Amino acid sequence: MVRVENLTFGYSADGFRLRIPEFSLADSERLAVVGPSGSGKTTLLNLIAGILSPESGTIEVAGTVVSRLSDAKRRRFRASQIGFVFQDFALLDYLSARQNIFYPYRVTPALTLDVAAKDRAEKLATACGIGDKLDRHPSALSQGEQQRVAICRALVTQPKLILSDEATGNLDPESKGRILDLLFEQAAEAGAAVLAVTHDHELLPRFERVLDFAQFREGIQV
Amino acid sequence: MNALYLAFSYLRYNWARSLVLVLVAALIMFVPIATQTLLSTSERALLARGEATPLLLGSRGSQLDLTMAALYFSEERPDPVAMREVETVWDSGLGVPIPVHTAFSSGGFRIVGTTLDYFDFRNLDTASGRGLSVLGDAVIGSDVAETLGKGVGDTLVSAPENLFDLDGVYPLEMPIVGVLAPTNTPDDQAIFVDIKTAWVIQGIGHGHENVVTADEVAAGSSVLANAAVVQYQRITEDNIESFHFHGSQDDFPASAVIVVPNDTRSSTVLKGRYLDSELPTQLIEPAGVIQGLVDRIFRIKSLLDVVTAIIAIAAAAAVGLAVFLSYRLRAREIATAVKLGAQKGMVLRLLAAETFTLLLVAGSIAAIGATIVSRNAEAWVGWLLALGT
Repeated sequence: MVRVENLTFGYSADGFRLRIPEFSLADSERLAVVGPSGSGKTTLLNLIAGILSPESGTIEVAGTVVSRLSDAKRRRFRASQIGFVFQDFALLDYLSARQNIFYPYRVTPALTLDVAAKDRAEKLATACGIGDKLDRHPSALSQGEQQRVAICRALVTQPKLILSDEATGNLDPESKGRILDLLFEQAAEAGAAVLAVTHDHELLPRFERVLDFAQFREGIQV
Repeated sequence: MNALYLAFSYLRYNWARSLVLVLVAALIMFVPIATQTLLSTSERALLARGEATPLLLGSRGSQLDLTMAALYFSEERPDPVAMREVETVWDSGLGVPIPVHTAFSSGGFRIVGTTLDYFDFRNLDTASGRGLSVLGDAVIGSDVAETLGKGVGDTLVSAPENLFDLDGVYPLEMPIVGVLAPTNTPDDQAIFVDIKTAWVIQGIGHGHENVVTADEVAAGSSVLANAAVVQYQRITEDNIESFHFHGSQDDFPASAVIVVPNDTRSSTVLKGRYLDSELPTQLIEPAGVIQGLVDRIFRIKSLLDVVTAIIAIAAAAAVGLAVFLSYRLRAREIATAVKLGAQKGMVLRLLAAETFTLLLVAGSIAAIGATIVSRNAEAWVGWLLALGT
């Protein structure tokens, strides 16, 4: 699903440099990325998603070399092939839960909000236990419910890859496991791989593989 | 459509903020339009009244006071002009003189004593009732009827000229015999009576019980039961014969005399006859006086325009700042949209759609307001002009 080779990237402002000789993620695999703050975990997600461009190296996702695409094509690719789940949920307070789930369709012409997409959103919401709360705004939902909405938004476009950036970071200990299980369950049903950044070591046993990211800081090899 | 949908959702959810922005933007657009509409309507209304009154004869003094009293029935009191001046114009054969007497009021509205020629001259039609025909009759303007809630069959009582006017000016009760159709001019705010009725109010003419002499009492042909003579305060069929005037009508007063010359030549000749500054009277062209007043007002208006422009710029800057801050507050949303694959132009389209929606709603409100002002400008200006009388 994801293949990274000889990747280098740096922020000129603070001298941060990332170097990943090789890294891969299989289809439907669940991989946890751990490492100290500032080690470049989120940067990797942004590179894979095509939000950032590497200085050198190759990033291939679902058979497409993302690093060679133009900015417009990378945006279209991201909209159709990648789902994002954020630590702070990134829901829009002025939209209902239903409209938040449809948000990717509102901001990119690469996706069409058809009947099938609407049915999919309803089924996802029911599966995530928020089927009866779709007309509520985020401010009327608990944090767990908000993250469920975010998971539905990430999956409704049927992406091949889910990128999760501390998705459980803002949740209470009880909810963390449930939300992660839900994410895995829905991703598996959709046949999507999950690449999740986390600081929570209690959750690591739920992943198939764990990648310690500290090794990828400049000068450190796998 | 998606950008518009999101923009509308955002504005609706943040309705209080949106409402404030819309109202401020609407005001910025509405105020200059409304001001311009009202001012241009005022200018037209003021000039129209002046241009419709070719010449005005009155005592020498302030031309503006004379014009305001004769055309707008204001509280200005130009020195009265004697009725012999009316006869002089008649005798010249150069035009038609129409005296107006505006010294008294009733219920806050000016009583205008005049002749029937005034109604033809101003094209005034009665909406109900009839015109003036008998001494004491009153015909009221449409605003008077509406404000006082009076109509044909009701009566009005004249008020004294002032609180200290205690020396014989008796209040006169006048039956309303007609109500004029609205004209959006000061005529709507006037109570019209025959000029002789105005003189009765002034005390120049009056009616009272028969007076007996001491000789008649001594001879036994009459009996004096009471020394006081009862003055009539209402003119009726029974007592109208007793009303009479003391002195020569040539000396009776009018506030001014509207003069309608036969033609341009007659106008020139008439004006020439009153050029001598030693004469106690003057003949003026009200249009010129009003134009001078309007020019003065519009010089002030240009100052007002500058102030309005400064306020509009400040308000627009405040709205712009509010919108800019709103965009800054939405940086997270924009970042999310980018991560979800939003095209570069989408964010701009979204912000443009919000601004467009705000301006569209504000523009619609301003347009509705401007339409209302435009449709009612004449009536409102008429009312505003009457406020100053």
